[in-house]
Amino acid sequence: MLFESAYLITRFGKMNNKSKKDVNEQMLSGTTGADDVAVSVKGLRKSFKNVTVLDGIDFDIQKGTVLALLGPNGAGKTTTVHILSTLLLPDSGSIKINNFDVVKQVNKVRSLIGLTGQYAALDEYLTARENLQMIGRLYRLSHKDIGRRTDELLELFDLVHASNRAVKTYSGGMRRRLDLAVSLIASPPILFLDEPTTGLDPQSRLIMWDIVKHLVSGGTTVLLTTQDMDEADHLANKIIVMNGGKIIAEGTSEELKLLVGSERLEITVINEEDFERAATIIQEENLRIEKSSKKLSFATKGGVHQLKQVLSQLDEAKIEVENISFHSPTMDDVFLTLTGHMTNTEDAGSKEDGVMIH
Amino acid sequence: MTTRFINNDVKPESHSRLFWLISDSWVLAKRSIRHITRNLDQLFSVALFPIMFFLLFRYVFGGAIDTGSISYVNFLVAGIFVQMLAFGANYTTMNLAIDLQRGIVNRFKSLPISRSALLIGHVGADLVRNMMTGLIVIGVSFLVGFEPVAGVIDWILIFILAALFSLAISWISAVMGLIVKSIEAAQWTGFIVIFPLTFVSSAFVPTETMPYALRLFAENQPLTHVIEAIRSWLVGTPVGDSGWLAFAWCIGIIVVTVPTASWLFKRQTLR
Repeated sequence: MLFESAYLITRFGKMNNKSKKDVNEQMLSGTTGADDVAVSVKGLRKSFKNVTVLDGIDFDIQKGTVLALLGPNGAGKTTTVHILSTLLLPDSGSIKINNFDVVKQVNKVRSLIGLTGQYAALDEYLTARENLQMIGRLYRLSHKDIGRRTDELLELFDLVHASNRAVKTYSGGMRRRLDLAVSLIASPPILFLDEPTTGLDPQSRLIMWDIVKHLVSGGTTVLLTTQDMDEADHLANKIIVMNGGKIIAEGTSEELKLLVGSERLEITVINEEDFERAATIIQEENLRIEKSSKKLSFATKGGVHQLKQVLSQLDEAKIEVENISFHSPTMDDVFLTLTGHMTNTEDAGSKEDGVMIH
Repeated sequence: MTTRFINNDVKPESHSRLFWLISDSWVLAKRSIRHITRNLDQLFSVALFPIMFFLLFRYVFGGAIDTGSISYVNFLVAGIFVQMLAFGANYTTMNLAIDLQRGIVNRFKSLPISRSALLIGHVGADLVRNMMTGLIVIGVSFLVGFEPVAGVIDWILIFILAALFSLAISWISAVMGLIVKSIEAAQWTGFIVIFPLTFVSSAFVPTETMPYALRLFAENQPLTHVIEAIRSWLVGTPVGDSGWLAFAWCIGIIVVTVPTASWLFKRQTLR
């Protein structure tokens, strides 16, 4: 496994960071026109029975870029991907893939897209090679192309050694790699990845990231959904934060981080009994308290002056400080600021750890 | 190498809609046929189930059943044969339900394929599986004393009716596979329909001994006609109206279930 990962990283690693920056600059300088739009979504709405799942979603994806839909479970990310990949009909809205309408020109759209869902969509009893060949033929490629692409993809995804084994014997990481390989058999210019690394070990996750970066450097447009801030930060040119079927923020990861301030100041107090007092003394916006670790943090603009002020306030109140640190905001901070709750607090029990005051 | 990875000039072939319906169905049937030999459960039911049933009725119950002028083994073969074809069709219900519950259906749905191909693929694989089962039943029957009088034309008629019957019952199973909400439900719905149909028939006992209501059902349901027709070709029992009724039933069922299944499938999967 270690060997596999090193192997892929050396193959995919080099040009990626550069290409992501280039595209970012291009996007920010606004040189893109209508022909450069791979995916266009306007006024997308969807309800299941009486529950509104998508409540007016608008976004464009420029060709050759990665857009991440970020949000907790139930935000509407997967529904969005399902509508864009022709699995579901929208209630209203106009959705175009390379200028083809997903409702009216279904087969055109289907020949342009590849989809990798949350659960590996593979046939367990077939081998990797047979899975690739089957889907290749269903994409209506010629047998010659299928043979060539199958060999290429097996090699690039490091699955040659296992290519004649039934998929049911594969590890989770191998399945995801094969799943992605299968969706690339017809070289689709647009790729939908629905939580591609959920449930993967850190190493397999890095391999998937490298593969995605590599694809993008080759010109593929990617729509990615994720609950993982780090993943969006790493892969996406633009991030859309979704919550409850609505877009609550969008921008590059840098722009989103600006929303929460350039840096956060984190203070850890020594005594537990001082903690509540400290929380009332510090009069900052977006103060976040984590009781279990006795940590308080807030966005800071001022640097030294603000630091001095807060410290003297705490000193006057005779609250002893164990540790002070500045750190760059993570995507978690962005989410917390925007929605008022942590992304990973699905169970009520963990809520104590991430409440906001003020 | 790496640069060819995505900037690749693969283009779909262009053919007629009919060509792709057949091609897509064949690709998906091939997939299901591969499952037969790779999934031990299926292999078990194809090979061992018929043998067990055969031996059970031939040697355990057979001695107590009076079939008049014809020996029980000669009476039994047509019944076991048709019953095993009917049992085999339950795999269409199961496999279709499994596909619909798992992620792979989303892959198929996002492909530019003919809509009915998945259904045709499953039913086609069922046909292949049932052919294997049928051959095993006939093969085993010879080992336990079966003495058919069928000529070449009889065997051809048996083959055609068996294939038609297999298709008919597979399409019924496809409809059930599309209606059920879970894989577990798929497992028992097959038996709720197929068990009474196979046992309340002339498969194992002459219908004369049944109470009036059951007898009325048994003598007029499609399986009995199929069994009676095949029995008459195999061992020369009187066929009555069962010959043409068997064909009529099978064709009638196919005519009704194919569009029903296609409609259900489109409604379920076409967003």
